[in-house]
Amino acid sequence: MADQAAFAEQATPFLEPLYAAALRMTRNPADAEDLVQETFIRAYRGFGSFQDGTNLRAWLYRILTNTFINSYRAKQRRPEQTELDDVEDLYLYRRIGGLEAASMGRSAEDELMDLFTETEVKDAIDALPDQFRIAVLLADVEGFSYKEIAEILDVPIGTVMSRLHRGRKALQKSLHSFAVSRGLADDEPATQPAGDDPTSGAANT
Amino acid sequence: MSDTHSHDPLEQAGPGATEHRCDDAIAQLQAFLDGELDEVTVARIEAHLQECSPCLEAYDFEAELRKVIVAKLREDVPGDLRGRIMSILDRLESEDADSADAAS
Repeated sequence: MADQAAFAEQATPFLEPLYAAALRMTRNPADAEDLVQETFIRAYRGFGSFQDGTNLRAWLYRILTNTFINSYRAKQRRPEQTELDDVEDLYLYRRIGGLEAASMGRSAEDELMDLFTETEVKDAIDALPDQFRIAVLLADVEGFSYKEIAEILDVPIGTVMSRLHRGRKALQKSLHSFAVSRGLADDEPATQPAGDDPTSGAANT
Repeated sequence: MSDTHSHDPLEQAGPGATEHRCDDAIAQLQAFLDGELDEVTVARIEAHLQECSPCLEAYDFEAELRKVIVAKLREDVPGDLRGRIMSILDRLESEDADSADAAS
């Protein structure tokens, strides 16, 4: 059993990442501040039931996520989308993966850093429906394992994997559309011979 | 890389063991980067990546993309949020201490 007096010392180092996650969940700085504050109050009150030696970070994210789902999501009143379009594997790579070959000596990371603005990446994340957005944030930004995410969200591991799979693909599709709208990428995969792939039916419009 | 016998993971045409290994590698890409595969699968994929530069390039792209996404999502915490949370926790602690005193 954890001592409440030790709570602030142990939990406040996680304030920055919790705030960043809260902002991506609520998509709004004022709500994000309230959500983090509420999370710390709930965590303080519940700290007595936290088992010392277990994963404090995951426990805090579980409280953050539950508080968001129960309090803020309801308030936002967005119709919750539970399905995403099926998107092929390597969606972005197929379309912009050749870019770094054009400028020798630069890594894919450098090219991608220049290709997308912060606003575009944030908008692409924010556009994901809640359940996919939260799974992607917990995995790709916070680095939690599938098992930890399953515990944070209280869903089976298979559900975590499916949300990550679809959420990441939808994210790539959004990023690609930003690159296309700025004239930095073509609409269709450049690396595939024309007519080779009957599944890419978008060109037939 | 551009000859017709390349085992490009992006080309679905043509049967054969190499294409199968490419399909396998691409199917496991996300789980590999997530660190969620068992040792045997990791070894199999690493061996494939050593001999298949198109798959390696796709892996590299996805790994770099993740780094870029994380870098672009950094946020500064509003200046007064930490102070506000600390004072809330102080207040809760002193209320707890008071009620403990009152109970004794």
